Parts: sequence; structure tokens; C-alpha cells
Amino acid sequence: MEQKKKETAVVYRQTQRATGVYDMWIETSLAGQARPGQFISVYTQNQSALLPRPISICETDKEKGRLRIVYRVAGKGTQEFATYKSGHRIDVLGTLGNGFPLEEAKGKKVFLMGGGIGIPPMLELAKALTDTVSKDIIVGYRNNELFLAEDLKKYGTVHIATEDGSVGTKGHVLNVVAAEGLCADVIFACGPMPMLRAVKQYAQEKGIPAYISLEERMACGVGACLGCVVKTKEIDHHSHVNNARICTDGPVYLASEVNLEN
Amino acid sequence: MINTKVTIAGVEFKNPVMTASGTFGSGMEYSEFVDLNKLGAVVTKGVANVPWEGNSTPRVCETYGGMLNAIGLQNPGIDVFIERDIPFLKQFDTRIIVNVCGRSAADYAAVVEKLSNQPVDMLEINVSCPNVKHGGIAFGQDPKCLFDITKEIKAKAKQPVIMKLSPNVTDIAEMAKAAEAAGSDAVSLINTLTGMKIDVHRRTFALANKTGGLSGPAIKPVAVRMVYQVANAVQIPVIGMGGIANAEDALEFLLAGATGVAVGAMNFVNPYTTVEVADGIVDYMKQYGIENLAEIIGAVK
Repeated sequence: MEQKKKETAVVYRQTQRATGVYDMWIETSLAGQARPGQFISVYTQNQSALLPRPISICETDKEKGRLRIVYRVAGKGTQEFATYKSGHRIDVLGTLGNGFPLEEAKGKKVFLMGGGIGIPPMLELAKALTDTVSKDIIVGYRNNELFLAEDLKKYGTVHIATEDGSVGTKGHVLNVVAAEGLCADVIFACGPMPMLRAVKQYAQEKGIPAYISLEERMACGVGACLGCVVKTKEIDHHSHVNNARICTDGPVYLASEVNLEN
Repeated sequence: MINTKVTIAGVEFKNPVMTASGTFGSGMEYSEFVDLNKLGAVVTKGVANVPWEGNSTPRVCETYGGMLNAIGLQNPGIDVFIERDIPFLKQFDTRIIVNVCGRSAADYAAVVEKLSNQPVDMLEINVSCPNVKHGGIAFGQDPKCLFDITKEIKAKAKQPVIMKLSPNVTDIAEMAKAAEAAGSDAVSLINTLTGMKIDVHRRTFALANKTGGLSGPAIKPVAVRMVYQVANAVQIPVIGMGGIANAEDALEFLLAGATGVAVGAMNFVNPYTTVEVADGIVDYMKQYGIENLAEIIGAVK
């Protein structure tokens, strides 16, 4: 059973992968227990910025005790992370969240869909899904800065969409599905809300399950503050209202069970 | 022999360290990080007579040295709370203080009555939440209203009552006096300060609720000042909170006149804060040769 804890990790290596996108391997005991689709909370050293930043787990090397995060610089916290060099000490809390239900992919044709900074969790997921009939990894980028595409090719068939049409299919992940005539029995997806809404609708039309990973502003990350909730179709088992905590009950939900409208 | 015990309204606490309502759930989530047996009390998230959905998201945002929240008192309702949360907390050797919220006097009364035969040590009445549209803070910003609601609750309550005060008033000492006059057994302060953050990139409010309650280290000097003022204005015990991050912060509140102290937003930053504060208070007592913590309460005049 995994144990949530806060500990000081050490930056093993950090590389910039695209404009504003950084790739950081850290040495942490959390690597051993991390599951695909979980996240960690990362703390800044700037004490005016107190709340940890929830960042998805991109990959783990369990033997070496290393965990990889690939994140986009979005504010002063991630700006600080981007300056870290090897050997830098960094406080992390984890591992958090439920992760993707791997068993749902067994013996099935699977889509792994990632949009933008929703791509990183697809790597650990693609590595972990071994009993599938097929794995189509469909990733959407803004332009030709294709971070993680090479890594993903080791674990499945990669299809690329770009908003500007510079590589692969012009448009988004579902444009690839249409253009290449792909099909699946189950979908795993992470990305911006418009993409997740479209994936939910697509899955509904096809009558297949879609497991989507959500994000929301968080404070505690452990289910206590009730800051990060999503509206649920049914009364939630914990809250007894139509709200589930993304940090603990999620971030991965069966799309048909959550309300993604504003 | 170091004695960290404090007594509030006849209830003895093994140490003065508590959790601030709304930052610790009912202790379940943080029991993975800290030994709840080491805390003076767990003060639970506000609970109403029926389940409350709370506000839309985003409900939280970071601010300089603190955060804003507008959760809107989402809670599962008193029946679930009694069935699930109280038995959970009873497994631990710590006091249980249940925070009660409502939209009307009848709401508060309903919760207080349902708790009357429950094994809880004290009730904290939230008349100071800035994030719910009706009730809540409306009771906590006018001394007459506060007096009346305190009277009504005291008439129904079987456990000692703590009225939780809002800092969003001109004179918090007047509010404390009103609570005391109506029979409140203690007061706790401060609840959050009403604030606002604007996202300049999206040109909108950072919180769906537009305004939220400011907490965290940024508000600590305001909280210490108010605790000092209230402690010098009333005879009933004061529980102090607002940005406590370590033992030194907690000691400021104790020296200012608080008998109990609560850790709030800093639980989110460091889940071990409560126990670190409790241990740090013992270290301070050893350092200065203080045998009884009660000696230093209100020592700064």
C-alpha cells in the first residue's frame, strides 16, 4: 500500500524540451510507489508562494529511484522550478490521486490521448499497458515542438496532431482519429478541458468508456480542503453531494460520471 | 516536568494545539501524515443540518504569503458526520470540537441538538464565514445579531460553545463582548479576512465566487493583534489562529492571551505542521525553564 509523504528530493537532471516546457528527473523514494496517472505536489522555495504545484508523473525508473515530471512554465512557481540544476533539493508531496485503471485496457484496443501538457502522463501509462491488443498514442501539440514524441514511440503507435498543421494532422487529437480511421475499445486521455469535452462526446457516440484525467486549482492535494472538486452525475460517496475531490477521488474519472460543463 | 495542558471552559486539553476548521477535514486525510493523538484537539470542517454543495470552482488561489478560499462550506450534513466522522475521531486520544455552520438560527439549532448526545467535547459556531451568501457572516458582523444567535445556541447546546469571530468588523473586541454577554464559553479568532484576486491574463476573478477568505502567514500580525485585543476585553478563554506556521508563531498567540492555538492554511503547505508546533512548544518551554504552559498565556501585557 502506498504511503503519502512529503520529502526532499534531489534534481537528477533537467532539460528544456520545448518553449516553456521542461523535463526534470528527480531522485525520490516516491518513484517506487508511483502509478500511471498519479501526480506529485511540488513546492517552491519562494516562501511567498506557499501552495505546492500539482504536476503529473511522466515516467519512473523504479530501480534507480527516479521520477520524471514534464511541465509547462505557467507562473512564478514553475518559473522557479525551471531554473533548477542537477543536485538542487526540491520538496515534494506524493504520490497523489487514483491513477488510470490499467485493468480496463486488458485485451482491448486502446487510445492514449494527450493534449499539450496533458501528454506527459501518457508515457508512464503507455509503458505500463502491456496486455493490450493495440495501443494508439494520439498526441496534440501547438506546433512542431514535439516534446516526448520520441519517448512515446517505444511503447505504441504514435499519431501526431498540431494546431498549426506543421506536423501530422492539422487540428486536435480527434481530427487524427477521423483522418486515419482509427478505432478503439477504451480511451485514456489527459489534456485541456475543450479536448476532454470532445473526447467525452466521442466516447459517448461510440459507446466506449473514456477515462479522463482532470486538473483544478488545489491547495492541500490530499482531500481535506475541498478546493478542487468536479461536479459528478451521482452523489459522491465521500462528500454526499454532487462533488468529487479531484486530488483524491480523481484525477482520473470515467468521463460519463463527471459534468464537464461550467 | 513539562506540563503543556490547558483548560478551556472546563475541558482539559493535553496541549493547546488544534486544527483550524476547514483545513483538516475531520482528520482522516491528515492522519496519514500526523499522529492525531499528539494534538490537543481536532476542530472539524463546518457541518450543517443538511449537505451543502459549496461554491463553483476555482475555489482556491494563491496570494503573496497566503491563499484565498471560497469553498462555500461544502459538507455532507450532520447525519453522515455523526455516523462516519465522530466514530473515526473517537479512535484517537484527542479532544473533538465540531464546527457548526448554518444559514439560519434554526439550522444551527438543528445541528447543535443532533450533537447533544454525541461524544464531542465542544462546539465551535461558525458565524463568520465570508463565503456563503445567506447566514454565516451575517450573524457575525453585528453585535446584536451575534448576541441573539449565541443565546439561541447556548439554550440548546449540551457542550461548551465557542463562537468563532470574524475579523471583518470595525471592532472585534465588541463582538467578543457580545458573545460573552450571551453566555458563550469561549471565542475563537480569527476567521479569514475577505479578499479578492484578479487574474490579469484572463481578465477575470481568480475565484468563481469573486471574493474569498484570506489565510496563511500573510494575516498573522492582524490575528495576533486581534487576539490581544479580545483577550484583554473578555474573561472567557480565547483560541487564536491566523497564519500559524511553527511553534514561534503559536507562542506569539499564547503570549498575546490565547489559551488554545489552531493551525490552518499551513496544513496545506506542510502536513506535519500541527505536530511540529506541539513539539516546538515543548522545546521552547525547556529552553526557558517553563514548567506549566499556562504561566505564559497572556504574559505580554
